[in-house]
Amino acid sequence: MARIAGVDLPREKRIEIALTYIFGVGLSTSQRILDETAISGDTRVRDLSDAEVARLRQSIERGVKVEGALRTEVAMHIKRLMDIGSYRGMRHRRGLPVRGQRTHTNARTKKGPRRAIAGKKKVMKK
Amino acid sequence: MARSIKKGPYVEESLLRKIQVLNETNEKRVFKTWSRRSTITPDFVGHTIAVHNGNKFIPVYITENMVGHKLGEFAPTRLFRGHSGRTPSDKKAG
Repeated sequence: MARIAGVDLPREKRIEIALTYIFGVGLSTSQRILDETAISGDTRVRDLSDAEVARLRQSIERGVKVEGALRTEVAMHIKRLMDIGSYRGMRHRRGLPVRGQRTHTNARTKKGPRRAIAGKKKVMKK
Repeated sequence: MARSIKKGPYVEESLLRKIQVLNETNEKRVFKTWSRRSTITPDFVGHTIAVHNGNKFIPVYITENMVGHKLGEFAPTRLFRGHSGRTPSDKKAG
């Protein structure tokens, strides 16, 4: 079983895709890593030798910030915005979109499920 | 799109002059500005600037972390008091 950066890679997938299961590794990072380690992206994870897995692990450790460390970094950036009292920090605190999107409608990803508003009548359909 | 690096950060001429005078005389004084679009540079650190929000001036104490942001980010222009028919107790529950 290939376990890299604390993530189990799916055994049946091509390694190029499997590496993207790691938080912080997308397709282009994945391809760069495979380039560096001289492993074909078409190899299935189950067909990787232990030496190859070790090479991948080492390359990722050296070159990319992944998983916990990356999550911490992102959280720190958001915390910084909140601490300095900037507009973006305030939007994070309120759980509203940060980058100027409309909130009259939509923005449900940030705001979460709709909350019922007291006293608002439902519009009847004819 | 982000501003070109070639041009450097934008700071209102008059604001920059004011900051430089204050730095040279080692003075700390709150002063007003309408220039919300000016980037905060390291020269600003430690000063308090009253930034206009369209209605009044919001005093902003500049710390090191704020360098690279714009002055306007720290003086909110909108006041949201909550929706009608919602008491503060509703807000806590919902």
